[in-house]
Amino acid sequence: MDSLIYHSPALIVALPLVAAFAIPLISRAGYRVRSTFSLVILGLVTFLVAVLAVDVHTVGIRVYTFGATAAELALPGGYMVPVRIMFQVDGMSIFMGIIITTVTLAALIYSIHFMKDQTGQARFYSLMMLLYAGMMGLAFTGDMFNLFVFLEIASIAGAGLAAYRTNMADALEGGFKYIVVSAISALMVLFAIGILYSQYNVLSIAALANYMQYTTLDMIALGLLGGAFVMKLAGVPLHMWAPDTYTVAPAGTTPMILAASYTSMYALYRITFTLYGAHIDSTAIGWIVIVVGVLSMFVGVMMAVHQTDIKRMMAYHAISQGGYMLLGVGVGLAVLANPVALASYGRDAINGGVFHIINHVFYKALLFMTAEAIFFRIGTRDTNKMGGLARNMKWTAVFYIIGALAISGIPPLNGFASKLLIYETVLQFNPVLAVIAMFVSLVTLASFAKVFYSAFTGPEMPAYREVREVPKSMIIGMAILAACVIFFGIFPGLIVDNLVAPATEALINQAPYINAVMGAVP
Amino acid sequence: MSALTYGYAVWAPIVWIIAMVVIGIMVFIWRNRGQKSYKQGTAQTDVFLSGNKVPPEEQRHVKAANIYWGFFESLKGLYDAMMKPHTGIVNDYIIWFVAVLAVTILILVLASL
Repeated sequence: MDSLIYHSPALIVALPLVAAFAIPLISRAGYRVRSTFSLVILGLVTFLVAVLAVDVHTVGIRVYTFGATAAELALPGGYMVPVRIMFQVDGMSIFMGIIITTVTLAALIYSIHFMKDQTGQARFYSLMMLLYAGMMGLAFTGDMFNLFVFLEIASIAGAGLAAYRTNMADALEGGFKYIVVSAISALMVLFAIGILYSQYNVLSIAALANYMQYTTLDMIALGLLGGAFVMKLAGVPLHMWAPDTYTVAPAGTTPMILAASYTSMYALYRITFTLYGAHIDSTAIGWIVIVVGVLSMFVGVMMAVHQTDIKRMMAYHAISQGGYMLLGVGVGLAVLANPVALASYGRDAINGGVFHIINHVFYKALLFMTAEAIFFRIGTRDTNKMGGLARNMKWTAVFYIIGALAISGIPPLNGFASKLLIYETVLQFNPVLAVIAMFVSLVTLASFAKVFYSAFTGPEMPAYREVREVPKSMIIGMAILAACVIFFGIFPGLIVDNLVAPATEALINQAPYINAVMGAVP
Repeated sequence: MSALTYGYAVWAPIVWIIAMVVIGIMVFIWRNRGQKSYKQGTAQTDVFLSGNKVPPEEQRHVKAANIYWGFFESLKGLYDAMMKPHTGIVNDYIIWFVAVLAVTILILVLASL
């Protein structure tokens, strides 16, 4: 057991990576064996993530150095800088790990029945595992080059999943766009890493942060990294690929691609707070983040309410909700250099932005699954062709209502708790921004009410008289996420104190992250 | 454990749920004291459209494209401007990306001067 805990950071990435390549072989034994194998691997990884979360919560940052005589030995005797590949798991990393794992577990259970009659299932499950490994690696990595490697793994797997339904032309288009924007973004990340490496001769994030001078070249690297990650997280005006890609990805994989976008948001925060930290002009960068956030909120929601394709509408809402996260964290960043404002509302603003990531991933994943459930049964995403579906798809309708109320910020669901934190703190920073945030919530509610009315209510459509509820595994997948949405809504204090606040602390205070590797006195 | 404490305020969902349940019970009691002569399946429940012939149920459902028509019509100018950059062409996405990179780097460098 101790050995499992000790090696858990490596195993959490290695197990799904090995499973991804083993699945094509195991698939020869049949559908049941493949599904069981995938579930067992993910179940085991979920257990390891839980164990690691407890360990990080009680002990602190975990450093795992590959190939070292002792995994926690980041700087061997005689070395001035870390040279080995290492994982560094702090409050923010494990926070992302919990999000990614929960969504992947729900997605996998949901996909079992959804994919039952599809061809190419071995590749589907392989890509799912690869995407999971890529996201977890990105969240855990402690060096810049592996951040690029895991970003690439996640991007390639995500593009493969988006284009999975090759019989649909728009699926190929969505997958193609995803790989193009991902490749260009990754190229800029690599370019920025090259700039940093050429100056400091190290790749470890902690070592780079320790030696950071914030030269003009560092500013260019920050601009490249920031732009690349904003593109990947679909912040306006670099959001246009997201509706094309999210709309076409099958079954539970849309939530996974969504989680991949927020892993890029994690990378943006890691770079801004941990790598550059105290050196940057936090007010200027905070305002850049706020402007991207407000634009994303407003443009995302206004485009969403206009859509008639249910998944496209939800994709635009994902962009809009991403804006809330950027707004909250941007306000915290803007007052980072002002201890009074940071203590008064800045820390709570970051808490709100970070809390909204986990809340949004859960309710948006749930909403995407309800949209896919409808598509699974009636074969269209066009809300103009829908009506009266709640009569025969009662569970799907209930899950849709839970997700729709949560995203609209209706109490007592989880979206309300994080939005309340954002509203109240942003109000103290700049009341105009708080008014925009509340207006966006109002339009969000109107948008989901429109889809609920047109798809679920109304008379029974003759074409859908024989429509039945989706299979049990799909209901279980949605139920897991709905339970999270309700639980996080009713116990926000528990979540903020134990998950969100440590993540925020890990962002604000870069010293423990640096010292865990460089060995200085905290 | 349930309540979220921040800055100068507290959000207690369980207290909110209890309050909603109490209000719900009061509304239910009030509703039950209402008109008792209402009968389902009679002319009392028929749709009335100023005396015009009422179309069959399937045709009465308002399609998604027609919902909020007035909202979209009054904001036509805004929507035209917002739709314009959404070309669906990946080359345009990359042009936006390059432009944003240039502006961001410029702001970062200028802010440090």
